[in-house]
Amino acid sequence: MEKCQERQHRIRAVVIGASAGGAKALSEIFSRLSSDFPAAILVVNHLHPHSKTMQMVDYLGHRCKLRMKAADDKETIKPGTIYLAPANYHLLVEADLSLSLTIDEKVNFSRPSIDVLFETAAEAYQDELIGIVLTGGSKDGAAGLKKISDFGGRVIVQDPKTAEAVIMPQSALRECEDAQVMSLARIGDFLRDAVQVEPLAP
Amino acid sequence: MNRVEIESVEIELLLQAITKRYGYDFHNYSKASLKRRIIGFLHKSNLEQISELIPRLLHDKGMFRSFLLSLSVTVTEMFRDPNVYVVLRERVIPFLKTFPFCKIWCAGCATGEEVYSIAILLSESGLLDKVQIYATDINDESLQKAELGIYSRTQIQEYTRNYQLTGLEGSFSDYYHASFDSVVMDASLKKNIVFANHNLVSDESFGKMQLILCRNTLIYFNSELQGRVFSLFSESLVNKGFLCLGTKEDIQFSSVSNKFRSIRQNEKLFQLR
Repeated sequence: MEKCQERQHRIRAVVIGASAGGAKALSEIFSRLSSDFPAAILVVNHLHPHSKTMQMVDYLGHRCKLRMKAADDKETIKPGTIYLAPANYHLLVEADLSLSLTIDEKVNFSRPSIDVLFETAAEAYQDELIGIVLTGGSKDGAAGLKKISDFGGRVIVQDPKTAEAVIMPQSALRECEDAQVMSLARIGDFLRDAVQVEPLAP
Repeated sequence: MNRVEIESVEIELLLQAITKRYGYDFHNYSKASLKRRIIGFLHKSNLEQISELIPRLLHDKGMFRSFLLSLSVTVTEMFRDPNVYVVLRERVIPFLKTFPFCKIWCAGCATGEEVYSIAILLSESGLLDKVQIYATDINDESLQKAELGIYSRTQIQEYTRNYQLTGLEGSFSDYYHASFDSVVMDASLKKNIVFANHNLVSDESFGKMQLILCRNTLIYFNSELQGRVFSLFSESLVNKGFLCLGTKEDIQFSSVSNKFRSIRQNEKLFQLR
């Protein structure tokens, strides 16, 4: 009965971390989003330092209706766009909602690191953020997801039973107990619903 | 005020204190990465709040030195982005050969891996003896490491792979001597390298170069500071001199962009018009 009183936060951005099996998992989620998806999506998918970021951009771009691009340094984050962290750079969110790239030390043996994106996005977007950890074979993303939750953001982990590699979702669930567990299809639908919500009347 | 806002006040005060006390100005660095480094140093120092660093750093010079070390990014590798070396060989080496003597500036050289990579490129092009390389950084400890030219053996495998991708035809192992778990770069490479402290934030031009390399330093600066550095570079190049930036850096939005033309967009090689 009181449900309509519940404060519904506007979601301005979604951050997603993936590793082994990530390309397929990401495309499954993105294929469910329509071209008028109103939030920005920032993605770290672990890539080999020498791999071609544009190949991944093309692969995912062909499987979704949203604008897909490799993240550029100092670029202003725009809604309805998917930004992919380039190989061998960390991707960070600045307080003014622009992007930064750095070659800082690897975190969790990774550059780009999911934790680096998640922790800076948590501070910049606070409770207007959704964080998602998908399939992968490392514990990168767990600490960052906890921070998103601490700042009031909503947190989701791919059901380890459906993940190609289970360590990443399992570590995220251990670190972040309030995360919701979902299949990839459910995550896609959840994003559509959570982000499309109209702001409540005051 | 929430926690993030309070921390941004603390960082502002900390940077002010450092500028006034030591002259290093980090205000125009990109904040998200700077904050991660400050927090990292805070935890290492067993302190809770960023503002607790202020009295400590003001009064303890030694602590400031290690703070400075943890703020400056020393991550680098030999022949990072091997394609850049392919392009330097094709486009810049022939230009250098037209001069009796050349100057090259490696700005923000950190621990020197790129400087030695350039020296190897010059050596294989027969240019090493007629080039003076200036390798500069704000961090004296990094410069000392660069000058020693001693690197961990575990990284050499990766560097060798990079070297092979540059299309250079020598053997990478000719340029270092292995000793226990480290390698020492060959002394012949160092002959014409000057290692010196230079701060891109506040120091001036010190000569006209045929080539300036500044790769992955400018991503740490905001647009205003980048603009200053690009002007500094354009003043420090000979006519038709080359500027090589990191693959994610670009001059196109700066006020001096019309002074340069892009030679290779992917490898971020520019030439003064």
